[in-house]
Amino acid sequence: MSDTVTISARNVVKAFGQGAGQVRALDDVSVNIRQGEFFTLLGPSGCGKTTLLRLIAGFEMPTGGTILLDGADITTQPPNKRPVNTVFQSYALFPHLTVAQNIAFGLEMLGKPASEVKARTAAMLALVKLEAMAGRKTSQLSGGQQQRVALARALAPQPKVLLLDEPLSALDLKLRKEMQIELKRLQLETGITFIFVTHDQEEALTMSDRIAVMSAGKIQQVGSAKEIYIHPKNRFVASFIGETNFLHGKAEAGALRLGTGERVEVPGLAAGGEATVSVRPEQVRLVLPSDGLKATVGALVYFGTDTHCHLHLADGTEVVARLQSPATGEAGLAQGQAVGLRFAEGAVQRVED
Amino acid sequence: MAERGFQISRLPGFATVAIGAFVLLYLPILTLVVYSFNASNSVAVWGGFSLHWYADAWANEDVKAATVRSLVIGVSAAFLSTILATLAALGTTRRRAFKGQTLIYVVINQPLMVPEIVTAVALMIFFGIIKVATGYQGLGYLIAAHTAFCLPFAYLPIRARLESMDLALETAAADLYASPWQTFRRVTLPLLAPGIMAGAMLAFVISLDDVVITEFVKSGGQDTLPTYMLGQLRRSFTPEVNAISTMLLAVTVVLLTAFFLLTRKKD
Ligand SMILES: Nc1ncnc2c1ncn2[C@@H]1O[C@H](COP(=O)(O)OP(=O)(O)OP(=O)(O)O)[C@@H](O)[C@H]1O
Ligand SMILES: [Mg+2]
Repeated sequence: MSDTVTISARNVVKAFGQGAGQVRALDDVSVNIRQGEFFTLLGPSGCGKTTLLRLIAGFEMPTGGTILLDGADITTQPPNKRPVNTVFQSYALFPHLTVAQNIAFGLEMLGKPASEVKARTAAMLALVKLEAMAGRKTSQLSGGQQQRVALARALAPQPKVLLLDEPLSALDLKLRKEMQIELKRLQLETGITFIFVTHDQEEALTMSDRIAVMSAGKIQQVGSAKEIYIHPKNRFVASFIGETNFLHGKAEAGALRLGTGERVEVPGLAAGGEATVSVRPEQVRLVLPSDGLKATVGALVYFGTDTHCHLHLADGTEVVARLQSPATGEAGLAQGQAVGLRFAEGAVQRVED
Repeated sequence: MAERGFQISRLPGFATVAIGAFVLLYLPILTLVVYSFNASNSVAVWGGFSLHWYADAWANEDVKAATVRSLVIGVSAAFLSTILATLAALGTTRRRAFKGQTLIYVVINQPLMVPEIVTAVALMIFFGIIKVATGYQGLGYLIAAHTAFCLPFAYLPIRARLESMDLALETAAADLYASPWQTFRRVTLPLLAPGIMAGAMLAFVISLDDVVITEFVKSGGQDTLPTYMLGQLRRSFTPEVNAISTMLLAVTVVLLTAFFLLTRKKD
């Protein structure tokens, strides 16, 4: 991975329809995607992930803004002129062609000499471990194998960017895990920039170099999995990636004054107005009632190695603590018990609303 | 399950009605086929098995000429109407919806809705004017008329095929550097081929079978098989007509079977 920008979207707007019924699928989206990175678009259904991908592929034209590839404006270039290939969610394999013919399609359309087409097709079949299936019709393949053909077909012309729209969503859990590893391997081996769409946060966290969290046609935050998890920019990002607790109160210098009158230290917080902070459940510690925020134990939910302990502050605010199961057993936590809460160092993150 | 959905096949008497309908439909045809092998001169009295009506039909120069004419018209009309139907189907499914699309749909399917006799009279008058003006008397008029009424039959299976085709396939081809023409040539057309074949076969069968429009439009000496048979019935009625009918039936059955195989949903 380098710092060279491959794809750059600048103030991209995409609206469908006219007048009152108009949908803004993308609302002023700007993002830079670097060469050779595994970049993920993550967000709930309908947030505009597919739309952004289709604009980069050239299947749709933006209503406003520009899209650059290696610094050149490709906004209005038709898809067959862009060195960008797509792995479709439905795979969209050509049913009248064999596996090998599917993989060779892009190379043939580029007018590559027959010898090169043959060699690259063979190399691609080997890359996705489908040499034995070369002569089969695609309808005679399993879902996972079709997925590999779709990948090989899109990688064969050696595009600058590979777009993947929820390529794993049709696979069962076990196969999905295998394909996640496979995809990561292919990306590292080929060095091609991958732009990957998913609404599965775990998939995004484990596979990506960087993630763009989207919501309602806007990019909320871009960063590595760790950055986004530890420093979520706003409430949406904090709650969409992992689980979290929100505390709300008056901002004072370096601290938050809760509704209960208690203070929570928030380094760097300036006095004035209201503020919200986010604390991850695994960062909540239980201490003696005199040593922290006063709380009573509510429900205890057992998850194997972890137990989720639902606690209530004096003003009723719920805080969830994730504790290792033996700890709860030994501490002999019981419903209605009075405890104190402390937060691990650096765990309290200010978030925008 | 406590409640089953309504099924017509579970109504009392369904089997009886169904069998009755099949008998009514197929018994006359079966009779026709059987009597085409009748040795006697009569179409009503059985005189033993013989193939001589087939031999007679085969030796009859008028039958031969009518057969050739039917084939020429059928093949030409099927060919032309299929090309037009393919273009029309692409135009009505592969581009943005446009004003007047419904109108075009109605115009293409007009032969299905206007009474055939009306079309026949209209064509007779219209072509009559052209015949006088140009002096041309050939088969062109029949081919043009057949092309027109075959059009909806060719159009419908092609359109159905295009509509059931996954649009992502064409998008994928464009994504893989195929120009719009290459996309059509390498993806759309091969996938459409069964629909086009089906449309062409249906059009051919429809043309082969036509009596009314042909009877009105044809010039002297331009009998097709069906109009020749109609002429025969008016004069002497021999099992030769049965033999010709049976052969027409055989061709039609073969083509329609192929049509159903081609349009059948795979998997
Ligand atoms: N062709 C279209 N016409 C009208 N509206 C559209 C069109 N395509 C997308 N939209 C709308 O744009 C918004 C974003 O759609 P998009 O497909 O990009 O969402 P997504 O993030 O990919 O969702 P999902 O996770 O469900 O695939 C949605 O509200 C959708 O209804
Ligand atoms: Mg989508």
